[in-house]
Amino acid sequence: MSDLTSLTIAEARDKLLGKEFSALELTDAYLSAIDRANEAINAYVVVTHDRAREMARASDDRIAGGTAGALEGIPLGIKDLFATHGVHTQAASHVLDGFQPRYESTVTANLWHDGAVMLGKLNMDEFAMGSSNETSYYGPVKSPWRRKGSNLDLVPGGSSGGSAAAVAARLCAGATATDTGGSIRQPAAFTGTVGIKPTYGRCSRWGIVAFASSLDQAGPIARDVRDAAIMLKSMASVDDRDTTSVNRPVPDYEAAIGRSVKGLKIGVPKEYRVEGMPDEIETLWQNGIAWLRDAGAEIVDVSLPHTMYALPAYYIVAPAEASSNLARYDGVRYGLRVPGRDVIDMYEKTRAAGFGREVKRRILIGTYVLSAGYYDAYYLKAQKVRTLIKRDFEQVFASGVDALLTPATPSAAFGIADQDMASDPVKMYLNDIFTVTVNMAGLPGIAVPGGLSQEGTPLGLQLIGRPFDEETLFAAAHVVEQAAGRFEPTPWW
Amino acid sequence: MSIVDTRTPDPKRFIAGATGDWEIIVGMEVHAQVVSKAKLFSGASAEYGADPNEHVSLVDAAMPGMLPVINEECVRQAIRTGLGLKAQINPRSVFDRKNYFYPDLPQGYQISQYKDPIVGEGKVIVSVGPDSKGEFEDVEVGIERLHLEQDAGKSVHDQHATMSYVDLNRSGVALMEIVSKPDMRSADEARAFLTKLRTILRYLGTCDGNMDEGSMRADVNVSVRRPGGPFNTRCEIKNVNSIRFVGQAIESEARRQIALIEDGGSVDQETRLFDPVKGETRAMRSKEEAHDYRYFPDPDLLPLEFDEAYVEALAKDLPELPDDKKTRLMQDAGLSAYDASILVSERAIADFFEKVAEGRDAKQAANWVINDLLGALNKSGKGIDETPVSADQLGAILDLIRADTISGKIAKDLFEIVWTEGGDPAEIVERRGMKQVTDTSAIETAVDQVIAANPDKVEQAKAKPTLAGWFVGQVMKATGGKANPQAVNQIVKARLGIE
Repeated sequence: MSDLTSLTIAEARDKLLGKEFSALELTDAYLSAIDRANEAINAYVVVTHDRAREMARASDDRIAGGTAGALEGIPLGIKDLFATHGVHTQAASHVLDGFQPRYESTVTANLWHDGAVMLGKLNMDEFAMGSSNETSYYGPVKSPWRRKGSNLDLVPGGSSGGSAAAVAARLCAGATATDTGGSIRQPAAFTGTVGIKPTYGRCSRWGIVAFASSLDQAGPIARDVRDAAIMLKSMASVDDRDTTSVNRPVPDYEAAIGRSVKGLKIGVPKEYRVEGMPDEIETLWQNGIAWLRDAGAEIVDVSLPHTMYALPAYYIVAPAEASSNLARYDGVRYGLRVPGRDVIDMYEKTRAAGFGREVKRRILIGTYVLSAGYYDAYYLKAQKVRTLIKRDFEQVFASGVDALLTPATPSAAFGIADQDMASDPVKMYLNDIFTVTVNMAGLPGIAVPGGLSQEGTPLGLQLIGRPFDEETLFAAAHVVEQAAGRFEPTPWW
Repeated sequence: MSIVDTRTPDPKRFIAGATGDWEIIVGMEVHAQVVSKAKLFSGASAEYGADPNEHVSLVDAAMPGMLPVINEECVRQAIRTGLGLKAQINPRSVFDRKNYFYPDLPQGYQISQYKDPIVGEGKVIVSVGPDSKGEFEDVEVGIERLHLEQDAGKSVHDQHATMSYVDLNRSGVALMEIVSKPDMRSADEARAFLTKLRTILRYLGTCDGNMDEGSMRADVNVSVRRPGGPFNTRCEIKNVNSIRFVGQAIESEARRQIALIEDGGSVDQETRLFDPVKGETRAMRSKEEAHDYRYFPDPDLLPLEFDEAYVEALAKDLPELPDDKKTRLMQDAGLSAYDASILVSERAIADFFEKVAEGRDAKQAANWVINDLLGALNKSGKGIDETPVSADQLGAILDLIRADTISGKIAKDLFEIVWTEGGDPAEIVERRGMKQVTDTSAIETAVDQVIAANPDKVEQAKAKPTLAGWFVGQVMKATGGKANPQAVNQIVKARLGIE
């Protein structure tokens, strides 16, 4: 039965409807895969065996009754950032110890409504802050990928490291993830999976533990472009409980798969060619350009002049919002409480014990940049930069460019506890250099595998689209996928 | 922000210190709870008086992943209030987060409006007085701004020996913070301003103005200066919860500041609390301890935008406000400024009056409402909403007077009966035989009897016609007050042969 986990969502969906196997069999296949692998990979912080099997049985009933939904019986992993009714929801943080909400996030509710099955909650960087999944209270996730001839444990990227690793290691058919500065696309690139951060407002943020509200957006990580399209269709919706969600019909994204890119204008932004970028990233990029050109797209050089300011501005805006969003974790109403002499002492002890180093660092940065006397120089200036970055993209799109092609990350996955990264948080932050611009501008961006590094680990390309034009991204990413092929790790676990 | 001094120093408002005269400068920040069924950003009930934590949604408790959604009714009410304050309405405003930690502030921030409030500058005309000569003075108090914000919950410290409890019923309830300019120059003016503001809010139905339930609270900024001199450092007296206390707080705080300066000291900018028992203010926290609230635009909420047409529609449906009503009562109904002021002081009184006056003599209606009804309510400590005599009942009494069914004097008795026992005035008059006697022959009989019994007085009256009044009184007495006084007067004069 274990080969059931090798099926894509699209394949499993069709075979379930063809009654080749049951949803329960499919779910059981994944549950046993998780039980075998999770100790090594640490992708799941909680596995919901009973609920998964119960949901699968209900799916089988609906399939039998002819009322199957779009994701009927498809076993998914859910990032620990999404509120799931009665189930561990802690954003992989100690401060939310024991928290099980009595509500369900809109995105997961949409998935269950379409018949999906929940396998459990996926590990992540604490409060989605990190690019290596090492900041989790539940310990790092190990990438299912290893370098050729090496036993070194690699990071799966972050913050959606659990999601990417679980998808790559076939511990779920697909996973939910979130992306504030690259948290879907960077781990997807590191693990040879496909991840799309849709346009800001495409998915409801209701019930997703907030990191930086103006940047956070949910999206899927999946085995291939088609699966990502299928999942996003179910996840996206307008929601009157999130006034930043946008009321636009959700297109049939899957229909964009196979659509020709002939005549599309693909922009290549020169500012994404950064100093010290490895040759293999340049090669990857050139390959991507060639594949799209061969498929009939027109390649144009474009300029996004404010790109270099995106990362510093992001590391002001995101921590500023986070410092405020995380104020609610005070030990008063839920989660961890460390007793103190008085309420202030209780706050201090709770937050000191409850938050990890990276979260504390960002709360400090955020608090600082919002402080009286610094607000104008930092937060306000960063918002102005944000407007300029947005304008850069608007001008390029106004010139007739349909999508942009860039590398997804400046390098392949690095090792767990990498000394270089650990010694300087800015080095870690540089992982997001190609992805943060997209969040700052609220645009959709997809990461799709483009090849392997010389060491045999995945490298990803990124396509950036016009607001709400995810369909073009799926079409173009599918062209890249067809040309580059799919990449799967060799199991070592 | 530079402060513009809009007032001319007037010795009648000065207060004397040991070293000369001083002038008080007062500005106010009034928190007024918006009349709305639900809270500002959640669907939970905003009703007062439920058991602790009965009205708390996931948003109000700041559960992870919860998002605020603006309640349009609160926006509507804020705009209506702005219109009532003759203020500029801003078609685009922004919600900001004011960050601080407190157990009854679940989010760790209050959603408020900082740089871009929904309502800008406006004004309130305040009538201050009467002074020793019985004169009223109209003072214009500028409004700096009005913005919408969330209320916090309530910490309860007296339920447990070592722990505090938190009640989140108020958490997220919509407040309007109305900020005045520092245009007031005395405790009287401050009281009059707050009273007038409350009247306007109640007319609009945007805040119930019940200060004892906390639906209206005032932060009072007080400073003193030499008359016409430069402004001095101010102190803010937080959360004063009655109009009377506002007056007391200002006076005691001004005295404290004057004493301080006259002793060679200076006023520190600080936040103070008013202790109504001691009648004085005490320091709460100084500027050095002041919070850095780290305001920034709330990324969960888009800027609040509406168009001109929306505001115009609200303006069109605004009820008549007290100043306009007062003018109308003076011009159309011929009431005195004093009477009109009293009648418009509360919307319920004005409504009551207008119901009584409809189709009747307005001046007479005004006299009855002011002297009899409000007098009686005052004496019994009742508000207009608790009146035992309805507008219809009072109107019926006035109709009986007008139809000559009862005299004005009997009407007072009838009012008493309706006040204590209730009932239909016309029916009471009928049943109790209170009808005034207009039957001339019956009155003639009574007059003749009095004349026959008092021949000496008859003689005197011929020389001194004013004595006719004595005869009228005797006849009224004999008829139990029911005789029509004009008829009695005429017959007495005719019988006595005087004109």
